[in-house]
Amino acid sequence: MDNNNSGPRVVAFLCHWCTYTGADLAGTTRLEYPVGIRIIHLMCSGAIDVVYVLKALLDGADGVLIGGCHPGDCHYQTGNLKARRRIALLRNILQTLGLEQERVRLRWISASEGRLFAETVRQYNSNLESMGKNPFADEWDV
Amino acid sequence: MKKIGVFVCWCGSNIAGSVDVDQAVAGALKLDGVTHAEHYVYMCSDPGQQKIKDAIAEKKLDGVVVACCSPRMHENTFRKAAGSVGLNPYLLEIANIREQCSWVHPDNKPAATAKAISIIEGTLDKVSQNLPLETITINLTKRVCVVGGGIAGIMAALDLADAGYDVIIIEREPAIGGHTAQISTTFPYFQEISELLDKKRAQVHEHPHITVYLSSEVEALEGYVGNFKVTIRTQPRFVDHANCTNCGKCLDVCPVLVPDEFNRGLTRRGAVFRLNRDDERQLPVIGRRDCLHFNEGTKDGCGLCADVCPEAAIDLGAISSTQEESVGAVVMATGYDLYSPANLPEYGGGKIPDVVDAMAFERMLDPKGPTGGKILRPSDGEVPKSVVFIQCAGSRDPERHKAYCSRACCMYTAKQARLYRQQVEDGTAYISYMDIRSDSRDFEEFVQKGMEEEHLLYIRGRVAKVFEEGDLLKVLTADTLSGHALEIEADLVVLALAMEPASGIHDLVKKMNVTVDGDGFLTEAHIKLYPVESSTKGVFLAGCAQSPKDITDTVSQALATAGKIQTMFANETLIADPLIAEVQTDICSGCGICIETCPYGARVMNEYTGISVVNQAVCQGCGACVAACPNKACELINSTTKQLFRVIDDFARRA
Repeated sequence: MDNNNSGPRVVAFLCHWCTYTGADLAGTTRLEYPVGIRIIHLMCSGAIDVVYVLKALLDGADGVLIGGCHPGDCHYQTGNLKARRRIALLRNILQTLGLEQERVRLRWISASEGRLFAETVRQYNSNLESMGKNPFADEWDV
Repeated sequence: MKKIGVFVCWCGSNIAGSVDVDQAVAGALKLDGVTHAEHYVYMCSDPGQQKIKDAIAEKKLDGVVVACCSPRMHENTFRKAAGSVGLNPYLLEIANIREQCSWVHPDNKPAATAKAISIIEGTLDKVSQNLPLETITINLTKRVCVVGGGIAGIMAALDLADAGYDVIIIEREPAIGGHTAQISTTFPYFQEISELLDKKRAQVHEHPHITVYLSSEVEALEGYVGNFKVTIRTQPRFVDHANCTNCGKCLDVCPVLVPDEFNRGLTRRGAVFRLNRDDERQLPVIGRRDCLHFNEGTKDGCGLCADVCPEAAIDLGAISSTQEESVGAVVMATGYDLYSPANLPEYGGGKIPDVVDAMAFERMLDPKGPTGGKILRPSDGEVPKSVVFIQCAGSRDPERHKAYCSRACCMYTAKQARLYRQQVEDGTAYISYMDIRSDSRDFEEFVQKGMEEEHLLYIRGRVAKVFEEGDLLKVLTADTLSGHALEIEADLVVLALAMEPASGIHDLVKKMNVTVDGDGFLTEAHIKLYPVESSTKGVFLAGCAQSPKDITDTVSQALATAGKIQTMFANETLIADPLIAEVQTDICSGCGICIETCPYGARVMNEYTGISVVNQAVCQGCGACVAACPNKACELINSTTKQLFRVIDDFARRA
């Protein structure tokens, strides 16, 4: 479907209250960023199961971006902190799989930080470009 | 196989300018399950919505994807349209191809178009597994519990009671009125507080819809919005107010003398006392902590008050009691305490008798107070000829004290200094300040008048030290506008102490399941849009419990809270969003991790089945339990793991 895009593919899990809205603001402000990102809307970053992240990586995504509210701003009190701990643990699993830790990125981006969202995507994209393709992309199909 | 329709909006040129809508429709038609796809210039317009409605009816669609702007814009619009022709609104989803596609990829039409189709595909795979849902109905008990009987609690309670709802006020002191009762006059119009407060207090006590629990605290709060159960513990006052004639004999015989909190230590009181000893309408109570009868060593040794009471109204054997009340909403109006002067040893706080706090100064200004309204030095009872008022005592000092501004101090200090100058004509009033924050109607004029007509001497700077020298106090400071160090001789120093949340707030917020900020002030759901709602539905905020305020702002907020609750009570039942967690009972192992994880207490163990259930009225649909469940027994309705896996599949792979 995506023949015109050969850049890194990023699956992003963004929380409803902060980062998803921040991503909308990046659009409203017409801030350009690379086209390879696909956004999945969740109510809270605390709802992200590590399995979702692993699934995306095993499916061949070059990176997974998780966006939540800044600590203290979570709409559901502490969901973002739960996400932070989970992602910290996930990094061990990445190592076991032989994947670079930087393929998973967790960022706090508020609803008013559209510029930060666009900048984050741009920067992440260039990091992933230098990292190269996800080795799982061609290996198997789960 | 479901029949799904895809509707691609051009949004004028906003989408169509960088996404080829013809190709998007063609792409959508190739996707599994799509039986209808079209594009239109503005889907949200009436004719646009009509196209969706017609297609649903004619093609018997059982799922719809609208590819347009963010769901935060028009999800409701389109769901309503779908609902109007009989499609369950939850079977319509938005593919965000404007904010998150066309607007951010303006110069690469083929790539943006491919991305739009990919977003449509992901959304389609989600919607094809969505369940039709109905909103959840919750019972509503139209009664309110107000925690705290200060001016915020009083005003909120009166408004709600006047609207016809039963209100209970829980006040831990033996009388309502809070700190407002300690204050002499208001700014900026020098109105006597008693004029305002006495009337309101009388209205509360006389109101048929208000019940006041004095000397009481919340022991427990159970339930959820619309259906709370409050357990109230009432401490014994050891004086039977039904029989007490307020003759005052007990007050005279009590051998105990402790600093009187109400008068901020300017006077002393017995273990049996009136909260405001100068208010003879108040009936005496006995403070267990101070009473010899209850103290080790003298235990049971004293009973002088009981012996002398002509009505046998003293009952030293009284015990605390609990009471339960069912309410639909709770107002947290727990107020503030002053920062302890002992935290400011450099100003002699708590040590030098002639360094008093502003509340003690208020007590002196009260005509019915301990000095009969005269400003006198606590040490020798002389009229002070030079008074230094120190603002920001403990406020705006992030390194050592509170980082925040306590907001009311600039104005009450100006008021106190002006009242002092009006009373002591040959006196000098110095005010040490950092900035003068006089940001409300007639406030600035009030301060200016103090400077011009009452010759208040404002000195910009921060006092370094206050110390005793002979009879006098020396205040070391600097005038930062002229750059000179100053040493001022003073008879009296008044500290405008920082306000901090009332003591015990941390225990209380755990019971109420509401959140506080780093300073212990209650946090609102949203600073701009939901300023009086707490993080827990049905629990509201009013007054200084949320942040330091003056009386004007406190009352405004209390009335806003009362209004919000009346809005809620205007319905017969409450409606909740069905997009919440659910449990697959055959998978749940009853481990209880979800119960620990849930920030709202919405997960409860069914002791009989050993399965964790979801309280539908309390669940906010955050999904924390879903991620935490080790067995994958919890799912968010319409965002299940199965659905998300399909979307991840679509998005992660490069076709």
